[in-house]
Amino acid sequence: MSALLDHLPEFWQGLVVTLQMTAASFVGAAAVGLVIVAMRVGPVPVLRTVATVYVETLQNLPLLVLLVLAVFGLPEIGLKAGLTTTAIVVIALYEGAYIAEALRSGVNAISSGQGEAARALGLTFGQSLRHVVLPQALRTVVQPIGNIFIALTMNTSLAAAVGVVELTAAANRVNLLEAQPIPIFVGAGLAYAAVAACAGFVTGRLERRLAVAR
Amino acid sequence: MIRVRGLNKWFGEHHVLHDVDLDVARGEVVVVIGPSGSGKSTLCRCLNRLEAADSGEILVDGVPVPEEGRALARLRADVGMVFQNFNLFQHKTVLENVMLAPMKVRGVSRAEAERTAHELLARVGIAEQAGKQPARLSGGQQQRAAIARALAMRPKAMLFDEPTSALDPEMVGEVLDVMTGLAADGMTMVVVTHEMGFARRAADRVVFMDGGRIVETGEPNAFFDSPSTDRARDFLAKVLTH
Repeated sequence: MSALLDHLPEFWQGLVVTLQMTAASFVGAAAVGLVIVAMRVGPVPVLRTVATVYVETLQNLPLLVLLVLAVFGLPEIGLKAGLTTTAIVVIALYEGAYIAEALRSGVNAISSGQGEAARALGLTFGQSLRHVVLPQALRTVVQPIGNIFIALTMNTSLAAAVGVVELTAAANRVNLLEAQPIPIFVGAGLAYAAVAACAGFVTGRLERRLAVAR
Repeated sequence: MIRVRGLNKWFGEHHVLHDVDLDVARGEVVVVIGPSGSGKSTLCRCLNRLEAADSGEILVDGVPVPEEGRALARLRADVGMVFQNFNLFQHKTVLENVMLAPMKVRGVSRAEAERTAHELLARVGIAEQAGKQPARLSGGQQQRAAIARALAMRPKAMLFDEPTSALDPEMVGEVLDVMTGLAADGMTMVVVTHEMGFARRAADRVVFMDGGRIVETGEPNAFFDSPSTDRARDFLAKVLTH
């Protein structure tokens, strides 16, 4: 137990980095997901193909592989950014594919008449997506997106493997000093669990609040 | 106002519209009737290009219906449509349903859109339902709200795709009354329906379709009293006897 308490500042530092990465990459993933789903359900064949290829590619590669490729590959082609920034961008692009798929299932759950009615009124495809289809689609996928948020939180720990000192890396460093893996990683695990529990609580509240009578 | 020439449409192998020609004059009310699967709904949906025809031309107010994009959206803004299943936006109140398109498409201010919306809801007789979610309304009220939503765009013409087919019998009348009022006010209307009483009462012209073709067209009294084709006679015998 003292192994944990003696190193609280390091844990705290790691947790802060984890939370920053989670927040930043979730915002990025949401933006990516919105753009991709708009392309994928839209009327332009080229964009649909691009979006499909994007989703299939990113979903079919392990995040760790993408992280390693980005961290070691991007400097080779002259793109240099901080480790944490690189990890945030990679996680955002990766989780964006999952968010796009969750949103797409939401769009498919909305009756096609909703979009037709919007377009029949003269709204462009983009306007009907933005004002009619997506607001309703989002309400039906609050829970799956909450799950993606939790998975994303856990996935930030993979950044430890490319040198970002977030919660898992911090725990690992402490363990190298103290050699007490069980209390140290149980402590780190509890911190992740607390973040996930908060996310679950928020999605539950959101889901009830956004429910639409149909 | 609407001019259709040589319209053909296939769903896969199925030839749903077969060389259809149709003219609708300004202020005219054309009621399209015919058995299920005769292509009448598809014809209606082709007029604002919710369905793309495979060949033929459609002109609205002298302008060919654009294939896609903003030009198509502009045309649709001028042609109101009322659906069988109402298709009110479920996440918005009745009032917001009516306000949305004028604000987003016409750039009308919120205050003006709201004033117009209240006027239109009063006109279709559901002023007191303005603040409710669509799902809280009866079918007849929802369809009247949908008509108000279409009217809010001040359309040059209105398309009705079986507007009363999803309604309980006791609610059909209230929707038809609103439509009869519109017709009397001089709105150009294309109405696909099974309501023969409405056709007789409100139509300037009845168009009878069967098998993807327009089989017969005529002034309502003449059509209902003495149809000139066997198929129309056959159809009327079936729908008017019960």
